[in-house]
Amino acid sequence: MNLGRVIGNLWATRKYPALKGRRMLIVQPLTFTGAQAGSPLIALDTVDAGEGDVVLYATASEAAIPFHPGLTPTDATIVGIAERIDHRDRSWHTA
Amino acid sequence: MILGKVVGTVWATRKDEQLVGMKLQIVQQVELDYALKSNFVVAVDSVGAGVGEIVLVAQGSSARQTAQTHNKPVDAVIIAIVDKLDVSQAPLLQEEQEEPTEA
Repeated sequence: MNLGRVIGNLWATRKYPALKGRRMLIVQPLTFTGAQAGSPLIALDTVDAGEGDVVLYATASEAAIPFHPGLTPTDATIVGIAERIDHRDRSWHTA
Repeated sequence: MILGKVVGTVWATRKDEQLVGMKLQIVQQVELDYALKSNFVVAVDSVGAGVGEIVLVAQGSSARQTAQTHNKPVDAVIIAIVDKLDVSQAPLLQEEQEEPTEA
């Protein structure tokens, strides 16, 4: 899993039916010290994350596991909201 | 998932028989402001996207998580047509950018 910050929302009316009612959030990946790491991506939300939250997200086929049984085509899914990160270089509250 | 713009269609008569009936769209990746990036991917279309539309693409084995692509030799699928993006450039992000990435 990786860390990222929610920086926005994506709206799509026409989508694969399994995605109906699922929130799609724009996530900026972060390092464990909170620095930006790479380009933003879009992730499904399972934990009611909001803009500004630092989140934990799963990628690859594991991203579809929260929606089993049933097929949900997602390669990135937010599975947690991080409140505090302790790292030897920096301990920080995310809010 | 990545954002992209449909810029074309691939037609292939000779292909794996499991791909018969699938529409193969050429999707060029875009930034959050829809500016085109240089990389692109050929993706199976599950939503009926047309050329010029901004779409969301799931890649890797996750691309097999649709009824149409289940257990098929597919590693990219268009899963949504984007209506709108709301992007905030929070001040926090700039602070984050100034931090060293390596310590």
